[in-house]
Amino acid sequence: MNQSNRTYAVEADQLVKAFGKERAVDGISLKVPKGIVYGFLRPNGAGKTTMIRMLATLLKPTEGQATVMGHDLIKEADEVRRSISLTGQFASVDEELSGRENLVFIGRLVGFSRKEAKERADDLLAAFNLQHAAKRQVKKYSGGMRRRIDIAASIVISPELLFLDKPTAGLDPRSRNEVWDIIRALVRKGTTVFLTTQYLEEADQLADLIGVIDRGVLIAEGTSEELKSSIGIRSLIIEFENEKDLDETASIFTKMFTQAPEVDRTHLSLSVTMKDQSKAAKAIG
Amino acid sequence: MENNSLEKPLILEERPPKTTPVNAALTFAWRALLRIRYIPEQLFDVTAFPIIFLLMFTYLFGGAISGSTGEYLNFVLPGILVMTVSMITMYTGLDLNKDIEKGVFDRFRSLPIWQPAVLVGALLVDVVRYSLASTIMITLGYILGFRAEAGFIGVILAVLVILFFSFSLSWVWTILGIIVRSEKALMAISMMLLFPLTFLSSVFVDPSTMPNWLQRFVEINPITFVVDASRGLIHGYDVTSELLTITYISLGLIAVFGTLTMYFFRNKE
Repeated sequence: MNQSNRTYAVEADQLVKAFGKERAVDGISLKVPKGIVYGFLRPNGAGKTTMIRMLATLLKPTEGQATVMGHDLIKEADEVRRSISLTGQFASVDEELSGRENLVFIGRLVGFSRKEAKERADDLLAAFNLQHAAKRQVKKYSGGMRRRIDIAASIVISPELLFLDKPTAGLDPRSRNEVWDIIRALVRKGTTVFLTTQYLEEADQLADLIGVIDRGVLIAEGTSEELKSSIGIRSLIIEFENEKDLDETASIFTKMFTQAPEVDRTHLSLSVTMKDQSKAAKAIG
Repeated sequence: MENNSLEKPLILEERPPKTTPVNAALTFAWRALLRIRYIPEQLFDVTAFPIIFLLMFTYLFGGAISGSTGEYLNFVLPGILVMTVSMITMYTGLDLNKDIEKGVFDRFRSLPIWQPAVLVGALLVDVVRYSLASTIMITLGYILGFRAEAGFIGVILAVLVILFFSFSLSWVWTILGIIVRSEKALMAISMMLLFPLTFLSSVFVDPSTMPNWLQRFVEINPITFVVDASRGLIHGYDVTSELLTITYISLGLIAVFGTLTMYFFRNKE
């Protein structure tokens, strides 16, 4: 294992996922240090879920490669699965079974004995404040309870990396805060969390590092402060992969701001000073 | 929520050893049994189907085909047994399709387990369901006057052959369950395949009464082999060659469709 494997939970290199002609993820490279919350921020349909599904071994990348917890995504899929867990709109629990049965079921699947699986299920139900609903079918749970049992199911064996797809979508503020508390507690205990969200506030509250993704491309990345200030001081620096993109964007920006951006050809970057904040937000959004 | 009580169980120091394929499959089977407990209507297909089919076809066709319902029952019961069990194999695909739609499937696929366990576990419980259907039908048959000339042993052997064939046939539905996108479409496709397959066979009538072109299809229909073998085993005549053919067909089905199922399972998008 080399140095980077020890520092990064996820290292993706030019990941591409194409469905027919549509490129849902179009060359995303990113590094997620261990022990942090990384948040993908964007409205629906920007490729967030596809990216997470790839990193969780549910989809095979069309191009590119990645390591997750130091394991090659494709060649060592089974090792990847041993170190991750996912929750969200897609990886769910069996609605017909009770909350407790779901947890015991997953406990048995990951290798606990019957007794251990039951103990683990009861511990988690207590921790997630679900004892009273332990024997109720999950389909009868409220939205917040449902999300909590989903997360509990994901940490029956503690994952090193937890993927959460839109963990609080559709929750009331109280349930949302409960889910946030759970996520914070997990991170304090050393779990790396990789989440997607549509809510700026959620990314701001939880994520140490935020990636803004649009039409399958990572268009901005940084801490919440960095991203805010890039809008706040009304200047924006964008780095490009090639000169063609740089030129195209420069011409778009010239039209938008009636002022040519500064172009740095050696670093393939461009910076604009913006007087109008809403335009700045629109430009990076 | 108190943070102290929350944090304690969050991180487990020790990881359990990876579970064996057999345990994983049995755990999935346990889940399927639990689901039956919650939704007993799921058993409707293996309880009501056999009863309705047997009563309906015996009394509908009996007089016309054999001159008496009693004689026809002896002929038709092994056939209907094969037909019923073959037909309920399609629910395997429907259940799987529902799991995919609900998202549970994605969780299973992201778990560090022997992946085929998801399907093998479900199929194991299906074999239990098929046995239940067979038991109900044979019991009702005996009440109505059915007699097996080879006795009880013959009946048991016939049921075992049917179970083996049905298990193999199930793999066709698992593929469809994975690739077809809606439950309705899946139901339609399954019916479209199953109706000709079960009716255009030796289930209801002796193929020699059929036109030549149809006979040719009936003679190569796998269901015909299973029906003939079951009839032979139940009424005591030699069906070694049929049994051999069924073994080839079944192993072929598992090899081809089992492999394809696992391919689609791993590459599901």
